[in-house]
Amino acid sequence: MTTPSTADRSARFVYVTYIRTTAEKVFEALTRPEVTRRYWCHENVSDWQTGSGWQHVRHATGEVDLVGKVIETDPPHRLVISWANQSQQEDPAAYSRVSFDIAPRPDGIVRLTVTHEDLQPGGGMLAGISEGWPLVLSSLKSFLETGTGVPM
Amino acid sequence: MEDDKVFKALADPGRRRLLDLLCETNGQTLGQLCASMQMTRQSVTQHLGLLEEANLVSTERRGREKLHFINPVPLYEVFHRWIAKFEENRLGLLHDLKQALERDAP
Repeated sequence: MTTPSTADRSARFVYVTYIRTTAEKVFEALTRPEVTRRYWCHENVSDWQTGSGWQHVRHATGEVDLVGKVIETDPPHRLVISWANQSQQEDPAAYSRVSFDIAPRPDGIVRLTVTHEDLQPGGGMLAGISEGWPLVLSSLKSFLETGTGVPM
Repeated sequence: MEDDKVFKALADPGRRRLLDLLCETNGQTLGQLCASMQMTRQSVTQHLGLLEEANLVSTERRGREKLHFINPVPLYEVFHRWIAKFEENRLGLLHDLKQALERDAP
């Protein structure tokens, strides 16, 4: 296998889940540390103002796994953040981009779309998120609909 | 029931092949997918429609193109509902067996 070129950032994933809840609750579940830790085992910490930093902190140990900036925010419908391993935070090329689009439907179900883009094909982050997002999103759905996440 | 749609969508080898193709290269157009499938464009469109209805494929418009993405979230839900549960039982049995054996140990 060839080493992936760091210049190629063409990989993109789009994850969709339908949750019986409100847009406000989904937005809150993504941005409030005391809620994120209940289904993600991590806390998303920030003041969530455009331009502010955010951190993805392991609840059990306080270790910071991911860092980034808030690129765009429009509660409770849209949140866009940059995303990199904490160990690579000085490397601008290590940042990918995550958008959360929260669309409520008239039937009381919210369509949550997570788009993760600017990823290096074959890179470690891509491998990590390919495993991670489906698990996190099904845990989020389970948490919002039943009050408990899925074991991680 | 959402699970029904997922199982029905997975019951067809052509649709599983489409998911495999998207797993290899995510974000393909209908034309790209058709090039790897031995069936008419119309059939591929129908299969993609069922996959989309089951939320196993999501689509995004990029200019004039429509890109298809594999969405594994419902698979995880099915996994937790139908597989993890049984795995848990099996682990429980092993745990009981270990306790029983250790109790009998001299």
